[in-house]
Amino acid sequence: MANKTSEVLSKRKNDVLEAWIKNQIQDPTLREDLMSNDELHTQSDELLNSFIQAVRSGNYSDISTQEYYPVIEILNSLSITRAYAGFTPRETAVYVLSLKKAIVQVLQDELKADQNTLIEEIIRISDLLDSLSLVTLEAFIKGREEVILRQTSEINEISTPVIRVWEGILALPIIGTLDSERTQIIMENLLQEIVNTGSSIAILDISGVPTVDTLVAQHLIKTVNATRLMGAECIISGIRPEIAQTIVHLGIDLTGVQTKSSMASALRSAFTKQQMVVTKAKAKQ
Amino acid sequence: MDRIPILKMGHFLLVTIQVDMYDRLALNLENDLINAVQAHESKGVLIDISAVSIVDSFMGRIIGNIATMSKIMDAQTVVVGMQPAVAITLVELGLPLAGVYTALNVEKGMELLQQKITEEAEFDIGEAEEDDDQPE
Repeated sequence: MANKTSEVLSKRKNDVLEAWIKNQIQDPTLREDLMSNDELHTQSDELLNSFIQAVRSGNYSDISTQEYYPVIEILNSLSITRAYAGFTPRETAVYVLSLKKAIVQVLQDELKADQNTLIEEIIRISDLLDSLSLVTLEAFIKGREEVILRQTSEINEISTPVIRVWEGILALPIIGTLDSERTQIIMENLLQEIVNTGSSIAILDISGVPTVDTLVAQHLIKTVNATRLMGAECIISGIRPEIAQTIVHLGIDLTGVQTKSSMASALRSAFTKQQMVVTKAKAKQ
Repeated sequence: MDRIPILKMGHFLLVTIQVDMYDRLALNLENDLINAVQAHESKGVLIDISAVSIVDSFMGRIIGNIATMSKIMDAQTVVVGMQPAVAITLVELGLPLAGVYTALNVEKGMELLQQKITEEAEFDIGEAEEDDDQPE
């Protein structure tokens, strides 16, 4: 009696699988565009096999035990792949929950005679499947988060290029809003590049920064100060009229910070500091 | 007891910090350096911290103090070769070392000191000439 479900499941595995697949196909949210029916069949078969294997141990309550490792592993990889492929959380949850429906159908059929055992087994199996579907959802969300994290780091990488415009002059165009994390990355990159190239002037171009509020200004001042500590000068360029207005209205103190309106004028002043002159070549005779 | 050597180079004093600083060492350095400035009547102090990888707020303050003290005693201070991590730490600690000159390396630091000294000398001469002019 103790392991009735396991017996029934082993005996009627194919019926369960069929009912499960049928349930899934009938579900209006099935994404045939993302996964073929064959694939679904193999996947479900694999999961059901390891599930039956786990249930055979008679443990229905604790899914953190060894018997359930293969099941959870399959569920994890399945939901992470689904998260990457663009499934919704609902579709992923329905996948596991429809197994419950299939098992209950088969159990009903098998244990018609013994209502008490039936109810008991149904309660146990649905508790078990509920916790498994929670595991699936957790893994799904983790998969999504991984995608987001990867994108964030990619954005950070591509958005902070330090360019060596001339011997001893570095330029760093900043595009997008400056938050503390980005400032940190920008600062580290810039300072490292100053050490690597031995540059003495850095131009920080903020034409691509949409708004400058007190926080952004503070981050900029921090970067300027850190550059100064390294022994290099920092010029902030690309200050648009609106930004100048905001800075003054907010009462941000930029004394001690060199500012220029455009990259060109910053470069010109950098050349002057390096005692370099740019002249037109003489026209050929 | 450990001491950080202070080298005299003409008008300047050269200090290279090759070890990670602890509080006692920093205090000794401050003391020794100020005495050396007085003893040699130095015009400039160059502190090379390229080998220092860790600073705390205390070290930051000592460096600031040394600069201010030397300035009062008529010597300019240049800190050279600060590591990026150290610079970021000092800024995050809110110690931007205002009033301290900085340079990328010892060579550039020396140039900067020379330049500051010459500027000062020219300024002194200029003032002296102005003084001469005044009686007329």
